[in-house]
Amino acid sequence: MSSSSMPNVRSKPITIVEEIPIGKTLKFWEGLKEGKVYATKCCKCGKLYFPPVADCSDCLCSEMQWVELSCEAEIETFTHVVIRPTSFCQYKPYTVAIGRLKEGVKVLAWITGFRLSQVKVGLRVKLVAKVDAEGNATYEFVPLC
Amino acid sequence: MRKVAVIGVGNSRFGIRNDVNVSEIAFEAVKPSLEDAGLAAKDIEFVALGSVGAGAWYEELLPAVIVGEYCGLTKAGLMRVEAACASGSAAFFSAYSAVASGHVDVAMALGVEKMREIDTPTAMEWIGRAGYYFWEFHNFGLTFPAYYALYASAHMAKYGTTEEDLALVAVKNHKYASMNPVAHLRNKVTVDEVLSSMVIASPLKLYDCSPMTDGAAAVIVTSEEKARQLKIDTPVWVAGIGYSSGTANLSKRQDFVGLEASVLASQRAYKAAGITPDQVDFAEVHDCFTIAEIMAYEDIGFCPRGEGVKLLREGQTEIGGRIPVNMDGGLKAKGHPIGATGCSMIYELTRQLREEAVEKGRQVPLKNYIGLAHNVGGTGHYCYVTVLRR
Repeated sequence: MSSSSMPNVRSKPITIVEEIPIGKTLKFWEGLKEGKVYATKCCKCGKLYFPPVADCSDCLCSEMQWVELSCEAEIETFTHVVIRPTSFCQYKPYTVAIGRLKEGVKVLAWITGFRLSQVKVGLRVKLVAKVDAEGNATYEFVPLC
Repeated sequence: MRKVAVIGVGNSRFGIRNDVNVSEIAFEAVKPSLEDAGLAAKDIEFVALGSVGAGAWYEELLPAVIVGEYCGLTKAGLMRVEAACASGSAAFFSAYSAVASGHVDVAMALGVEKMREIDTPTAMEWIGRAGYYFWEFHNFGLTFPAYYALYASAHMAKYGTTEEDLALVAVKNHKYASMNPVAHLRNKVTVDEVLSSMVIASPLKLYDCSPMTDGAAAVIVTSEEKARQLKIDTPVWVAGIGYSSGTANLSKRQDFVGLEASVLASQRAYKAAGITPDQVDFAEVHDCFTIAEIMAYEDIGFCPRGEGVKLLREGQTEIGGRIPVNMDGGLKAKGHPIGATGCSMIYELTRQLREEAVEKGRQVPLKNYIGLAHNVGGTGHYCYVTVLRR
């Protein structure tokens, strides 16, 4: 907690947990559990979206189809996060990267399975779906083989 | 549209201000701005308050109302404005628009932030969530330094920018903050000290980051006619304002070597002011992290893309150089009370343009009497560029 040498009144503590609807992109979250990473594609104009969306911001069409991504990616940039926020303090420092997939969309995710000194702009990696130790569906970049 | 003048500015002392609450620190900016303009609080017809952490890193959910009451501004038209770290500039734009449109004759932009009432990891949490919580924070724990670190890694890979180059921004801005009595960090630093400070999110280290700061700044604007009526000695005119925005997902950006929102906002501001970048005498740019200042030089046209470090290495952005930048210490060392920063930039531009009361060693030489403030919200999620002219 913050400690101040100055006189103060402590506010009433509250815990906030939001229940974030995922009904319109449910297939994405179910796909992760099956080891697949899906994007959505507009049925009218063909624009590909990752993260997946239910509505096309380009042509305003709400008819989207699911497309499984190839998962081959090239790292465009990265950072190793040492000083972590409260809700990530239980993790060891982690590396986050943005990778460009051959379909053209980019993905931001953790990159694992490398020593930090091996991670470079231009590195070729694989995007994989996974379920983490706490049971959360997520995705990350890993070595090609 | 009517011409609009800045006629009063005030800035609280920036720092860890556990001696004051949100209203009291705002008062420290409001009072001198009113005295500067020769007005009373009741003369202010409209107030736009920029603040981000209401109910998150400080306790009040409706700071405009709380602060309004405390400073005697109740009954004025009132709003809180949010544009992340550019909230102060967005508030200034709102106040400017209220006067330019003829809705009111006198308006105030007030930026205020209290960031040090909570512990540091929780503050990192809140600010990290302020990108795209769902896609970039929830699973991946991005922090604000990490967002800018992604840009730093890409810029270094593409243009050969080094960690030493980044350190030069910190060295310069700490040097000028040391002369600024309102600055949060008034210690000078060396390149070695910056390089040996702890890694926050590689390649950014502690001294590459702006501090979390408590602070407030207030700006009073009025019409040309009213400025004449009030017999204002040295009105500083709003020559032009430009604005733009970027995607919430960083993964949807074209590249990570510059902020498109900054490019577009600055182009619009230059057009509105009828000037070119080389006519700007000095600037305040958004150096929340050292890499951000280098990208700003390139984004707002002070140099070609990839040559920002050249300006730094040659000392071109110091006093005596081609275009002094952040002569108040910048966000990096003056401090970055998020919602107050934009108004504090206008405070600095105004004082510099008036050539008055600026501490010895910080006054910029003026040729065209034009100053520019570049204020980014988030990681290029918002951008406002404001050009002032005396």
